[in-house]
Amino acid sequence: MIPLSWYLILAAALFGIGLFGVLVRRNAVAILLGVELMLNAVNINLVAFWRYGDLATMAGQVFATIVFAVAAAEVSVGLALVISVYRRRNTVVADELDLLKW
Amino acid sequence: MTGEQIIFLVVALFTLGSALMVVTTRNLIHAALWLVSTLFGVAVIYTLLNAGFMAVVQVVVYIGAIAILFIFAVMLTRKDLRDNTPQTNKNWWAGALIAVLTFAGLVFTLQGWSGFSKTAPAVPSGFDAISQLGEQLTSPNAYVLPFEVASVLLLAALVGAVYVAFNKK
Repeated sequence: MIPLSWYLILAAALFGIGLFGVLVRRNAVAILLGVELMLNAVNINLVAFWRYGDLATMAGQVFATIVFAVAAAEVSVGLALVISVYRRRNTVVADELDLLKW
Repeated sequence: MTGEQIIFLVVALFTLGSALMVVTTRNLIHAALWLVSTLFGVAVIYTLLNAGFMAVVQVVVYIGAIAILFIFAVMLTRKDLRDNTPQTNKNWWAGALIAVLTFAGLVFTLQGWSGFSKTAPAVPSGFDAISQLGEQLTSPNAYVLPFEVASVLLLAALVGAVYVAFNKK
């Protein structure tokens, strides 16, 4: 049997890697890739808590399903923004998008 | 060590290695393809957790839709950053430090929790997770409201994405 801790540590490591990608990458698309990794880490946690907790209520799987929907919405809007920005400013480097910076 | 544990370790190493490649590789198309393999690893993890429906949704929605969307976005915006410019910020070490500290903090916090190393309860015979999930998602006593809100969110995201990316010229 696999103890719950293994899943939690895997999810924490995946979250850390995703956070590294979000903080460090310069390309906006790569930042969104890091966000996807973090969302997947959260989903692993939710499903693991469902499996190791109360099976009948299904709360973990329902939450994970909602996270799927939110991730799809986030990616579609985020990539649309990236494409729109690329069309207007001809760059996808997050550092160079400083219109709002004084 | 049982077979299940060996499978878990192999899949976990594969998943984490692919995730590391996602955040470190220079070529963004390769990063998106490494994301696909990470997502496959997570789908196997769902299968190990007896969540077959989640594994299928992971493959269909994440790999089939989201990863392909990423590949399209990379192809549409690829012109710069392909060659010799650095792919990471100047102070990438600070990001790495924050990520490692987050991981260490999470593990340290979880370690003090009493349920940290508990094992899974046996699945009762005749327990059908998929029909249970479907009933919970559509039952007024359970999660029908978040389910409907999620559908409205998806519609709003669809309209918003079309509006934002629409070329007015």
